[in-house]
Amino acid sequence: MQRGVLDLWVGLFVAAGLVALVMLAFKVGNIGTANMSDTYSVTAQFDNIGGLKVRAPVKSAGVVVGRVSSISFDDKTYEATVTLGLDKRYTFPKDTIAAILTAGLLGEQYVGLDAGGSDKKLAAGDKIQITQSAIVLESLISQFLFNKAANGSAKSEPASAPAAP
Amino acid sequence: MMGAVGRFFAAIGHPVIDGIERLGFASRFFGLILLRSGTSLLRFGLVIREIFAAGVLSMLIIIVSGLFVGMVLGLQGYRTLQTYGSADSLGVLVALSLVRELGPVVAALLFAGRAGTAMTTEVGLMKTTEQLSALSMMAVDPMARVIAPRFWGGVIAMPLLAAIFSAVGVFGGYLVGVVLLGVDDGTFWSQMQAAVDFREDILNGVFKSLIFGCVISAIALFEGYDAPPTAEGVSRATTRTVVTSSLAILALDFVLTAFMFIGV
Amino acid sequence: MSNDNLVEIRDLSFAYGNRPILNGINLTAPRGKVIAIMGGSGSGKTTLLRLIGGQLRPNAGEVRVDGQRVDQLNTRELYALRRKMGMLFQFGALFTDLSVFDNVAFQMREHTDLPEALIHDLVLMKLQAVGLRGVSQMMPAELSGGMARRVALARAVALDPMLIMYDEPFTGLDPISLGVIGNLIRRMTDTLGLTSIVVTHDIQESLKIVDYVYFVSNGVIEAEGTPEEILASTAPFVHQFIHGEEDGPVPFHYPAADYAHDLGLGART
Repeated sequence: MQRGVLDLWVGLFVAAGLVALVMLAFKVGNIGTANMSDTYSVTAQFDNIGGLKVRAPVKSAGVVVGRVSSISFDDKTYEATVTLGLDKRYTFPKDTIAAILTAGLLGEQYVGLDAGGSDKKLAAGDKIQITQSAIVLESLISQFLFNKAANGSAKSEPASAPAAP
Repeated sequence: MMGAVGRFFAAIGHPVIDGIERLGFASRFFGLILLRSGTSLLRFGLVIREIFAAGVLSMLIIIVSGLFVGMVLGLQGYRTLQTYGSADSLGVLVALSLVRELGPVVAALLFAGRAGTAMTTEVGLMKTTEQLSALSMMAVDPMARVIAPRFWGGVIAMPLLAAIFSAVGVFGGYLVGVVLLGVDDGTFWSQMQAAVDFREDILNGVFKSLIFGCVISAIALFEGYDAPPTAEGVSRATTRTVVTSSLAILALDFVLTAFMFIGV
Repeated sequence: MSNDNLVEIRDLSFAYGNRPILNGINLTAPRGKVIAIMGGSGSGKTTLLRLIGGQLRPNAGEVRVDGQRVDQLNTRELYALRRKMGMLFQFGALFTDLSVFDNVAFQMREHTDLPEALIHDLVLMKLQAVGLRGVSQMMPAELSGGMARRVALARAVALDPMLIMYDEPFTGLDPISLGVIGNLIRRMTDTLGLTSIVVTHDIQESLKIVDYVYFVSNGVIEAEGTPEEILASTAPFVHQFIHGEEDGPVPFHYPAADYAHDLGLGART
């Protein structure tokens, strides 16, 4: 085989391979959409984070604005400390509420940010004051059953505890 | 009585000792490849020839297989997901299975069958026809001139082939899912992009195929180099290349996947 | 040690594992001569060549080429020495993925920085010497056995070595090619001033061209001498070998148990 033809074919092959990689990266993967190279960190404390994981999305109004960068346990307050890496392009008021939400009934858990009305903006290293813990399905169900049981006992003994109207 | 026991242990012991000896030689061989790679890097034209032999000539089978594997994934995935009413996630299913597992593994198995056997036969025949001896008598080191360039050609070609396989497979899934079965175009891609992570899924897949490329090339070249210089010897060595490298790919795939899950 | 001898072998012994191949070989190859090493198949002739080329190391004894102890050289020194050696393998061992031209040019490109134009001329000169300038663009697979052997010879002398070793150069050739190769070996030796060692079992062809003959059998030198001495020899082994007799010191039958016993005749009595 002639040297030039050989180089041509190998060149074509390598180019095809690289194009495939780039396509995988941008078209299939999320490197283009979620390029979080410039982020700032804020922390939030939750009573219970449920099944939240590192790298879970942080969404505000449904738009991904950042990712969970670390999760740790604070043994002073006995709460979970979650560090959020937020995209530098977006700023949020100081009194923003962070909540751990679930996509669908059984889907992945993510952090939802609900913007408040303050004029001051969250800066790097700030702590989000108002948080809402994950809804843990087990406790929800036990709460529901407990209420049912409580209602049932209330009906059988109407005099002792009048139910709410 | 002692004689029978002795024979029993001898019967077990010989294959074990032979196997360990071969393993030792194989490891030394692998070390030698790395040690004598200087020439290949200085004269990259030698490696380019081998990228052609290992990569370009494997491209057709990789593209065709990738397309069909992707199309089958599209069909099967659609049927299964449809029962749960989540056919929208078809893109995720197709892309994740390809990028994480099927791309690197199936491409590696095909590579072992197409390029690995070619390497073993070629080196085995060069040995049989005394071309390797002729090289060393001409004061040219066969490890540096023949083995190392083929090794690097395989190592470079494998990840590219796996990437092509995955990309073509995703396209095949798209053809079946979107064009044929009517999954929404936008949902297909956006769900996929939301679920596939570049570092965790794609780069790990590339890393896997890089390891597979090393292992297949080393096994194929070793079998060729170690083959008895007869027609039967070379044909046996070729068979061993396919068997050994297929087993190695599947076992390593498990180990690497486990590492990646624990590591991340 | 005399400087007139390019190759000197003293008390050389070699074994593959437990199987002895050569046992106490003494052999010299004077400069500018053609030496033949003869013997039956499997007598260790080719092993002897590999020991001279340093591809194998002896268990005992010494091998000197151009004054250097081949058996004590390290890889780098060995490769330096091999640049001064050429070897013609049994079936040529041409590189099947290179053209005839590239095969002959191979060593020049690997070991020298000669400009491509000069290499071109040199290759054509070497091919002209073996009469095959016309096939320079062919691939080795297109050549006949004799032509491949001649191209391999051109390749072996590409860097003007001082020693060429021929491993069974006459095997499987028609009578014409046989004569051509034989004459080429003689002519190359005389015109290029090199030394040749020919390993062969082709007695008639080699006795025409060689200066001195060694007979190897069962790992030892059984007989040696000039072609005239060999032809006149009455030693039983040499006689059997030259005349191709079926039975003699080399028995027709491989050692076996008693024939009658093997057929079960002994047991029936």
